[in-house]
Amino acid sequence: MTAVRAIAAHPILRRVLSALGTLFGVAVFVFVMLRAIPGNQITAGLGTEAAALTPSQRAALEAYYGLDKPLVVQFFSWLGNIFTGNLGFSSRAQVSVVDLTAQSLPVTLELAVFSIVLALLIGIPLGMLSASKPDSPRDAFGQTVGLLGLSIPAFLLATALLAILSATIRFNPNGEAFAHLTENPLLNLQQMLLPSLVLGFGIAAPIMRTTRTAVLEVRGNDFIRTARAKGVGPRRLQFRHVLGNALVPIVTMTGLQFGYLLGGAVVVEQIFSLPGIGRQVLLGIQQKEYAVVQSTVLLIALAFVIVNLLTDLLYRIIDPRVRAE
Amino acid sequence: MSDITGSAPAALAQGRAGERLRLLLHSRSGMAGLVVVGLLAVLCLAAAFGLLPYDPLAQTPALRLRPPSAAHWFGTDQFGRDVFSRVAAGVANSALIALVAVAFATIVGTLSGVVAGFYRGAPDAVVSGVTNVLFAFPPLLLALSLASVLDRSWFTIAVAIAIVYVPIFIRVTRGPVLSLREIDYVKAATSTGQSRAAIMFRHVLPNITSIVIVQVTLSLSWAVLTEASLSFLGLGAPPPAPSLGSMIYEARTLVYIAPWTMAAPGIVIVLFVVGLNLLGDGLRDSLDPRNRGTK
Repeated sequence: MTAVRAIAAHPILRRVLSALGTLFGVAVFVFVMLRAIPGNQITAGLGTEAAALTPSQRAALEAYYGLDKPLVVQFFSWLGNIFTGNLGFSSRAQVSVVDLTAQSLPVTLELAVFSIVLALLIGIPLGMLSASKPDSPRDAFGQTVGLLGLSIPAFLLATALLAILSATIRFNPNGEAFAHLTENPLLNLQQMLLPSLVLGFGIAAPIMRTTRTAVLEVRGNDFIRTARAKGVGPRRLQFRHVLGNALVPIVTMTGLQFGYLLGGAVVVEQIFSLPGIGRQVLLGIQQKEYAVVQSTVLLIALAFVIVNLLTDLLYRIIDPRVRAE
Repeated sequence: MSDITGSAPAALAQGRAGERLRLLLHSRSGMAGLVVVGLLAVLCLAAAFGLLPYDPLAQTPALRLRPPSAAHWFGTDQFGRDVFSRVAAGVANSALIALVAVAFATIVGTLSGVVAGFYRGAPDAVVSGVTNVLFAFPPLLLALSLASVLDRSWFTIAVAIAIVYVPIFIRVTRGPVLSLREIDYVKAATSTGQSRAAIMFRHVLPNITSIVIVQVTLSLSWAVLTEASLSFLGLGAPPPAPSLGSMIYEARTLVYIAPWTMAAPGIVIVLFVVGLNLLGDGLRDSLDPRNRGTK
């Protein structure tokens, strides 16, 4: 009992346990959602031919796929398969979902890293610019860019950019077959440029707004006045004292944007023909390969829960007040 | 964040409706948002009552891909359909889906959030568990998966979007309710022997209305974006129903010869979302008691 209580009292362990509980809920949700679709593996595999099956053939197939067992048994056998690394098989691509994901995940991760870096490079300076003189033209400029970032849908920006750039300066690296970073880094970086710009612009907006608010709030504190009074230079004051203390909300906001990023990746990967994990879901939906959809969505949710957990733990490193609790 | 949830809800209720409206009209962004959303609402009503210049579905092959003119304000598309009428009908459709989705999310989310925060215990554990699970999915991906599972119609799209936004309403209401139940007048109401349900509806709900109103406006803008993204990806309401997302999808191959086919729905959807965002920001500023008297 004391061990249980000790675990429950430890903030990090408690957070990890709650994340595990959430993941179990996620698995149940994905399983139930996919079961809600009319039809099953048999009709999905055979299409309209499934109607021609005799009752005994159908029963044999149901036994083969385990569909004759109770739902709870089916759920746990599915979950057991996942734990042993069996995420299902794509009958169209003739590869396992694990192999599919091993191909697509690095593409999306690369896209995610570039997008977040671009978003921070756009968002933080823009937020600091806005905050440096509230209600001035430069603040209005920063806020307008932020508002547009929040309001222009990724699919519109991507489609328009692609159309305009390929028509005017004939720049369309995404028209060629996708090059992996290890094969042809130069072409790969060109192919990643527009997609990460589109996603980065969307994420830059909330980062810009958060930076502006946080910087304004920190600047009003007494310790900033004290630092200035004891002769800290303006540059050091701005970066070390103001930005350093404004970092907690900025990191939180960036972590929260990961969800937008993965959702936006579906749209952007589709438009720019990047063979990432978002496209894998969309293709699975379009081709009615529900095993692919089920496992991929589960993996994405897993990644999302882990990122949220890491963001939470990252606070403890950045913010000594949280660490002390 | 704790200072917002701690003091704001109690103070928010004290402002009179008139003063709030005055503050909203006073803020430039709130006013601009109100005007844009108002104009688009008029467009939606025109579409709903059949007052558009052309039938948005009527094809006139002889008038394919005509540039904007006095007869066709936004030009015509590849089937000779009037782009202005299609954009107006598309705005009306996406407004309907967004309104139904957000109404559903508001009612379910707010009630669950209030019950969870007010009763604590088992209801809170269940509601918070479900919230965490729904938050584990990237919003657009969840809407996409739900939309692919359900039959394709405008109503199921609205339901899919609603499920995505329910947890947001739970989260924004549960926190303030947690602090409200510790406030003296709620405790006083408990000690006078009022039932828990009565306290919840009479003393707790009215105090979180401002938070909910702001959240509704911002959620509407996300719902419009989500609906457009779904229909762009081919998972929206089925054709030929006009939708801004699918219009932009169809226009991507026409954009060289007929740029208006993309520009018209593109500009309108950005205006729509900008308007809702400005209105939401304006409402937040005017409903936040900390900003009272500063402008």
